[in-house]
Amino acid sequence: MKRSNAPIFWAMFGAGGMLSALFGPALVFVTGLAVPMALLLPGDTMSYPRMLHFAQNWFAKGFIFAVVALFVWHAAHRIFHSLHDVHIPANLLSKLACYGTAFVVTVITAWKLLAIGF
Amino acid sequence: MSQVNRSTRRPFMRPMGKWWERDPFFVRYMWREVTAVVVAIYAIVCAVGIVRLSQGEAAWNGFLEALRSPWSILAHMVMLLGMIYHTYSWFEIMPKTMPPMVVDGKRVSATTITTTGLLVAAAAGVLLLLILWGLAP
Repeated sequence: MKRSNAPIFWAMFGAGGMLSALFGPALVFVTGLAVPMALLLPGDTMSYPRMLHFAQNWFAKGFIFAVVALFVWHAAHRIFHSLHDVHIPANLLSKLACYGTAFVVTVITAWKLLAIGF
Repeated sequence: MSQVNRSTRRPFMRPMGKWWERDPFFVRYMWREVTAVVVAIYAIVCAVGIVRLSQGEAAWNGFLEALRSPWSILAHMVMLLGMIYHTYSWFEIMPKTMPPMVVDGKRVSATTITTTGLLVAAAAGVLLLLILWGLAP
């Protein structure tokens, strides 16, 4: 019997769901509201030299990659499985649109994170 | 033949247009699923940020400028609410999505699982804010 690949996608759904449940609100608040509006955190918290230095740290790089990749695979899986509920058929096209987007976002992020260097 | 069939018998088809409006439970289910859109948009915003960062200082400053625009602030306010609802709903359904947990021969109640999850999430969020606050200039 051919092994199912479903557990891999469900695992990424679960990991991304958990990571976003734990850190999603704080991350959106920091990068989208606190720093741009200079609330609680100084406005230059994410200045170019600081952000470059942050993204060159191996741990921070891993965290950024985990956030982007797991969030996007979680969302792709969840959206794909909800399409039927809004009368969009779950076919090859919708599958490619969902998982394809996640794949492209993951590859670009990995490539650019490596391009930033260590 | 099908022409005849269509004119002679018209079986009842339950309308399924906006089925989720029938029951508050379905409405909650739909909002829970919609949070995935927020998670996806935030991941894409971060990915764009990484691309801009790799392109140098001018590109990154343009990204920061975009984050400061009123539309971005508004979008992030909506996304913050969406993320908070994602966190809440993630732990709300956790008792159903995880295998039953047994402690001292008794099954851990749904309320305990949800409350513990939400407390851990709150602690994780505060911890991340404190770390970033410590890293800030």
